[in-house]
Amino acid sequence: MKTAWLAVLLLVPYVAVAIDTDKAFEDPELQARYEEITAEVRCLKCQNQSIKDSNAFLASDLRREIRRLLEEGKTNDEIYDFLVARYGEFALYRPRMSGKTLVLWIAPILLLLVGGGVIVNVIRRRMSMPIEDDLQESTNT
Amino acid sequence: MSRFLLPLAAFFILIPIFIVGLTKDPRQLPSPFIDELAPSFTLPSLTDPEKTVSSGDYAGQYALVNVWATWCVGCRQEHEFLMELSRSQSVPIYGINWRDGRSEALRWLQALGDPYVASGFDEDGRVGIDWGVYGAPETFLVSADGIVLHKHLGPLDATAWERDFVPKIGGGS
Repeated sequence: MKTAWLAVLLLVPYVAVAIDTDKAFEDPELQARYEEITAEVRCLKCQNQSIKDSNAFLASDLRREIRRLLEEGKTNDEIYDFLVARYGEFALYRPRMSGKTLVLWIAPILLLLVGGGVIVNVIRRRMSMPIEDDLQESTNT
Repeated sequence: MSRFLLPLAAFFILIPIFIVGLTKDPRQLPSPFIDELAPSFTLPSLTDPEKTVSSGDYAGQYALVNVWATWCVGCRQEHEFLMELSRSQSVPIYGINWRDGRSEALRWLQALGDPYVASGFDEDGRVGIDWGVYGAPETFLVSADGIVLHKHLGPLDATAWERDFVPKIGGGS
């Protein structure tokens, strides 16, 4: 009896999986693009979820619009343009490179270079230190 | 001593940035329509499904476009102020009743008063998407040539009105 109950409980999480309950496209390629795009678009109402993962009505409205645009034969870029024109670059999880988003894209690389430079510098200095001095310093303090 | 100078300087540069960052609300997104042409719309009228309400109705004058719904708490909050504003007749207010039910919306206007010249009934939220709406209430100030001068997120009140709207209307109307 106990095992049976446990088995039933194991099935419970599966209920939570279905968020996008709309019908799939007949064309598997369109379906793949639909899933790719909906995973890239931020739900503006629930900002840390993509519209693929969100059951807010705004997300389902946007999924419906993306579906419509795909059926009209729009390219992925045209669909992203459609969303950015209305909601701004923030709607995309990976905003496109432009004057406004340049800092966002460049800053990590810049910080990595600065940090790497500091580390290299420290190691160089340590390596040029005489080893006896190093020992003495640590026993003195 | 000097080797602490650089990290210390970086620390004091970062702290104000973080403090400013903390005061900002990540839900207040800048609208891409500011200083751009407002999207046009044509919707069935909320009060009379036979008629339509469209962006052409307020062309040539300053107007407020207010996105509202009966399920929206902030809309209930700002309603009294919208009533006041409509009585003052400074700017016509057009409503977009967003993702709502017609009977609920009509009951709301009956009970609380109708500050709108007209409200469009955007049942499936398509016009809302065209206007980049992501949470009601949202209020757009549109100029006589159809340019979006300001977008207010959340319930509108006298303070925000005096601060953000009045100076922008002052010059032209």
